[in-house]
Amino acid sequence: MPSPDAQEAVTHVHRTEWARIVASLTRHFGDLDIAEDAAAEAFATAIERWPADGVPPNPGAWLTTTANRKAIDRIRREQKRLEKHEEAHVIHETDPSPQHGIIEDDRLRLIFTCCHPALAMEARVALTLRMIGGLTVPEIARAFLVQDTTMGQRISRAKAKIRATGIPYRMPTADDLPARHTGVLAVLYLIFNEGYLSTTSDAHPIRTDLSTEAIRLTRLLHDLLPADGETTGLLALMLLTEARRPARITSAGELVTLDEQDRTRWDTTLIAEGHQLVRERLASGASPRRYQILAAINAVHTSAPTIRDTDWSQIVALYDQLTRRDPSPIVALNRAIAIAELDGPHVALAIVENLRDALADYHAYHATRADLLRRLGRPADARIAYDHAIALTTNQAEIATLTRRRDQLVQ
Amino acid sequence: MRYLMSVIDDDTNVDTGNEMAAVDAFNDQLRADGYWVFADGLTAPEDATVVDNRGEQPIITDGPFIESKEFLGGFWIIDTPDLDITLKLAVTASKACNRKIEIRPFNV
Repeated sequence: MPSPDAQEAVTHVHRTEWARIVASLTRHFGDLDIAEDAAAEAFATAIERWPADGVPPNPGAWLTTTANRKAIDRIRREQKRLEKHEEAHVIHETDPSPQHGIIEDDRLRLIFTCCHPALAMEARVALTLRMIGGLTVPEIARAFLVQDTTMGQRISRAKAKIRATGIPYRMPTADDLPARHTGVLAVLYLIFNEGYLSTTSDAHPIRTDLSTEAIRLTRLLHDLLPADGETTGLLALMLLTEARRPARITSAGELVTLDEQDRTRWDTTLIAEGHQLVRERLASGASPRRYQILAAINAVHTSAPTIRDTDWSQIVALYDQLTRRDPSPIVALNRAIAIAELDGPHVALAIVENLRDALADYHAYHATRADLLRRLGRPADARIAYDHAIALTTNQAEIATLTRRRDQLVQ
Repeated sequence: MRYLMSVIDDDTNVDTGNEMAAVDAFNDQLRADGYWVFADGLTAPEDATVVDNRGEQPIITDGPFIESKEFLGGFWIIDTPDLDITLKLAVTASKACNRKIEIRPFNV
């Protein structure tokens, strides 16, 4: 008889304990492959046994013990592996002294290993979702619309490279840490953004599975590094973006831009949490970096009950601050959108026109330009710009919105 | 673990004149830290000769086996605990010799 309680317990403990179990096995056995397989086998055993035997009093400890036993069984079966295991221990014993001011946590080490810069970005994303997120290979394959075998090979190759090249399972040294930490946040933000606005043309335009998972992983990183401003900033940015999701797609599958969203549909709980995190960063007095500034911009947007109530001068000031840190054309484009509200579309259009060389292949550049031309009463120019934007867009909901706007232009 | 650090050279590379001294200093540090195994530079790819004795007769051909813009200019063999330490050394090596560096571990 399948017991719903036991199944629920397995699901819950999988969500809360998977990363911890994989990370602790990786430390003990020095091999991601062994850790992953043993953890998966332990959960499979739990699914088999808990409905009949009952849920153990400490499910996490039961799974850790079971997984350790599975790993040792496997190592005994494969003597060759044992040599590698011993070798891995030799590597770890030469670890430099522990870092100052950094919480040593197996999961944190594992995150840094999975997001190592020697791995391709797509491998970092896949490994992070598998090893830390506990998603199965078919789940990750589905999320990125590739074959299970392709995703399986991608993860196997990444694990093989970690093993063969000696990517260490430890915290980066103090001088490497800022760059490596930024790299981890980039992986999490990429996962979130693929969920926020899928770039895959035949996928659902909003991939809740990916954005939800990215938030969960960022929460974990925030728990591990509570004093880190950029981790807090990224979590706030994700929460304030996710809060608007219920208003972002119409029943007809069209993407709704910020100015047209029904703000009563925004998730007030997520907004409250995001605002709290932004306030926490402001109170710290530390100079904000990229994600914190982006979070603050989103906090201004989500504080306005209507688009007209938006404090555009505050938003422009934040974009100015962001431009000083990151003078990229995409930041300049987003700043121009805010300038259009503050100083009018003609001022914004002058800025946008200057970005043509840098952003000619970027759909949002043409979409922004088209909207500005429409507002300036230049429908013929706007039509051409919408056509450019549609040709460069892959997200179906975005194409639907752009097409409607183009077709609504006065002749 | 032992790693091969290959120096990737190309025709467009412009030497500053400081490379020799910088590489010497880097090599001294490698020895002092116990990472040094071997290192040397190579002459130009035009000096290469390819030998193929997979068939009945050995075939000896002048020139590199692949004509490419980029070529192997030299290499280090180092012995370090892990890739992170190797990456740090490669960062210094690339600056010292003013060229790109490729890292590959040796088969254990």
